[in-house]
Amino acid sequence: MPKQRRGPKDRSSNRKVELKAILQELGKKVYDSLDSNQFPSMDFPSRSVKNIVYDAKAKQYVLGSRKVTRSASNIKHIRPFTQLTWLAFFATQLVGQEKTSTLRDVYYSSQAYDIEFDDQSESDSIITDLETVISRAREELNIYPEERSAIFGDLDIEYTVRGYEGKRLNLSSHPDGYLIGPSLSSAEFVDTSAEMVIAVEKGGLFTRFVEEKVHERFKAIIVDTAGQPPRATRYMLRRLHDELNLPVYIMTDGDVYGEHIAMVIISGSARAAHLRDLTVPSGKWIGIWASDIAKYNLPTIPMNEVDIKRVHDLKADPRYQKGIWPRELDTFLKIKRKCELEAFSKFGLTTIVDKYLPEKLEIAKSL
Amino acid sequence: MIGSNSGRTIVMAHRNNQSSFSEISPSEFFYRNRDLAGFSNPAKALYTATRELVENSLDACESTATLPKISVKIRYSEEERHEQDPRTYVITVQDNGNGIDPRQAPNAFGKVFYGSKYRLKQARGMFGMGGTMAILYGQITTSKPVTITTSTDGREFHTFRLLIDIQNNKPIILSRSTRRGVGSSGTSVEMLLHGDFFRASAKIRDYFRQTALVTPYAEITFIDPQGRLWYFPQTTKTVPKAPIETKPHPHGFDFEAMRRLLKQTDESSFPKLLMNEFHRVGKQTARNFLTFAKFDLRTDPRKISNEETVRLVDAMHQFDGFLPPDSNCLSPLGTEILKAGIVSELQPEFYSIAIRPPAAYSGYPFIVEVALAYGGKVIGEGVRLYRFANRVPLLYDEASDVAGQVVSELLDRRAYNIPREAPLAVITHVCSTKIPYKSVGKEFLAERPELEKELKNGLRETLRQLKSYLSRKGSIEAVQRRKNIYGKYLPLIAQFSQSLSGAKRPPKYQGLIKDYDDELAIKVEQIAKTKKRTEGQI
Repeated sequence: MPKQRRGPKDRSSNRKVELKAILQELGKKVYDSLDSNQFPSMDFPSRSVKNIVYDAKAKQYVLGSRKVTRSASNIKHIRPFTQLTWLAFFATQLVGQEKTSTLRDVYYSSQAYDIEFDDQSESDSIITDLETVISRAREELNIYPEERSAIFGDLDIEYTVRGYEGKRLNLSSHPDGYLIGPSLSSAEFVDTSAEMVIAVEKGGLFTRFVEEKVHERFKAIIVDTAGQPPRATRYMLRRLHDELNLPVYIMTDGDVYGEHIAMVIISGSARAAHLRDLTVPSGKWIGIWASDIAKYNLPTIPMNEVDIKRVHDLKADPRYQKGIWPRELDTFLKIKRKCELEAFSKFGLTTIVDKYLPEKLEIAKSL
Repeated sequence: MIGSNSGRTIVMAHRNNQSSFSEISPSEFFYRNRDLAGFSNPAKALYTATRELVENSLDACESTATLPKISVKIRYSEEERHEQDPRTYVITVQDNGNGIDPRQAPNAFGKVFYGSKYRLKQARGMFGMGGTMAILYGQITTSKPVTITTSTDGREFHTFRLLIDIQNNKPIILSRSTRRGVGSSGTSVEMLLHGDFFRASAKIRDYFRQTALVTPYAEITFIDPQGRLWYFPQTTKTVPKAPIETKPHPHGFDFEAMRRLLKQTDESSFPKLLMNEFHRVGKQTARNFLTFAKFDLRTDPRKISNEETVRLVDAMHQFDGFLPPDSNCLSPLGTEILKAGIVSELQPEFYSIAIRPPAAYSGYPFIVEVALAYGGKVIGEGVRLYRFANRVPLLYDEASDVAGQVVSELLDRRAYNIPREAPLAVITHVCSTKIPYKSVGKEFLAERPELEKELKNGLRETLRQLKSYLSRKGSIEAVQRRKNIYGKYLPLIAQFSQSLSGAKRPPKYQGLIKDYDDELAIKVEQIAKTKKRTEGQI
């Protein structure tokens, strides 16, 4: 089996250099305004609902042309402006010192610099502002949320984090999988025999896939998204696709929320409309489809009103207008029932791997 | 025939389809109607008696433009010191007025309707019956005499112990004495009455506090039964000008008054009678009026019939050729006094005063003064209304009072940018030769349209001044806030942007803050000017 080889030093370190330059430029602009007795200001795209538009070409939500100006001369803006300037400074420190921080850390770190945040949601929102200003995800600034998901499969990585530089690891060495955290997110991909990525919504199925050697039988890297995937996971999926040219398949519960998890992996979320590089436009949702419920005679649960309302919401979403997406939504509406991945256990614990997965992968070729 | 078999009760007889009244003594009348005069229960009686005596004293001082020094003491009587309320109290009120001629003193206190006030003149009490009523009530409830000491020159002091002969409306002098001494002129009254200080104390304190608000030129000392001293210092030497006595204006004259006048007068010339007895009626006006009323100028006014009297009075009310009443007889508080009272009693952050031009209702001149006090620690949250009529605080029935209605109608905090719950006091003073009380209780004013209009205009004027003060203050606060915020955040932005950019020295941004110092200085100067101008206007 030929392994794909790539040089470990390139893409991510370039991005890092770029990032530092962007942050320095931001600081310089503010500095120059102040130094010439002008109130500094920053323009960035508005993230209000009205300015979030669907880009059919990019197949994701993006921010429209509306800009907001945050000026230090405005009494209501100067506090967030100061917070934003501080955050740019703090992120520069993080990246420079190769340290990572959680969202909560950021909230507490501010207090060492006389920067006030009323609560973490205020600091989170400033972090999102900075992402918008510099068009980079917070993960690149070494800022991560607490939530983590896992990855398993034959993939050699080389760490770039301080203290582990050059150290390599094969991601099939530990059967519980590896947390997709800051170290893994910044690691370079060195080598893999995998031919596909399978993202699953639930830890239970992830474990079953490892036990049933899906990584060997299907030459797959398995990713546990742990529900709606964190951005680090979406970024990881994107890299696996872009850097290793692997197709990404997504397997979720057979309900409207599972369908949307697949959609977010493929085309992003409205909340991250200010960011790129978090989507896998060629990703494929392989199940569980509403139509699979009857086809495989799966045990079901009735949909409640909230579920049904969610179906109607998604039917209005521009991304749900073509192909299997509206078809499955309609089927959910028709049968008014949903099912979980575990439902296959009714036919034996391995049925989902032995029968369902190969059949769906075959179908996926024609999607 | 209606009435009792006692000889001096009201008897109404029908003779020739005409009603007539046999008279009872005024003392007896008031005794029977003591509720109306504010003596309905021991608590109210104690409050009313204190108030009537104090007002007599204040009037006495002001009539000669003397700076009043009033001391009031209420104590338990020795015998009932350890009883529960209601019990007997001793009230002593002493003033430094011009005293009372010893020949008239017994009548002044022992006879109802014998005051110096039974004429048209702005005064606190009406007809001088309040003090006598208090004495009468004390006598009824305790059977004890009143002791009056008075001196007109500060050298001879005359002391009388009196009871009132209720049926005959005359004083019974139990003892009189004269001593020589050195002191000031003035009068002191000591009387006993059945009262309830426990229930009256809040009202009595309110009364003194509010009195102090409009008489800052007086020094008032009050010692309550528990021995606590309430001291209201004199904070200004400006005394309002003494009110001038005036003749009635024809527009306000009624049939009964006219009937009495015609019965008493010796004047046989109709025009002369009008000129002598009425306010601002000259020869030409008298003639014009009589022509208007269709009376021959040569008619002897003493000989006209009841029907003609009715025609005369109606014509007086309709004739528009009379000159408007002259407000010279009125004595408003004026800016100085209101300011001194407000500053010392309410200690507000801001006040505004509006003194309205003289107006008249039914031939009675009146002047409305409105003041507004805002902020400070003395006025509580919300709106407080202090109502005064001829310098007397009105403590009851605020909701029924025309001023209460005007305030609740006009005082829209949002319209005048007044912060919610901010302390606000409205002071209304109406002075007139006849205050339009709605009831005998003298506690609230009737909704005379002329009065309502002046109160509204006065209140609007003060509110506008407050609004402009608040908006200037608001803009200063806004600049100050701005400056503070810039001062807090700009250094941080400078620090982090310097670090981000890698610059060697901090950016020079201090000019951005300094601009606001300049702006602030300009605004502070502006508001100081406004305050001066506001005070100048009022």
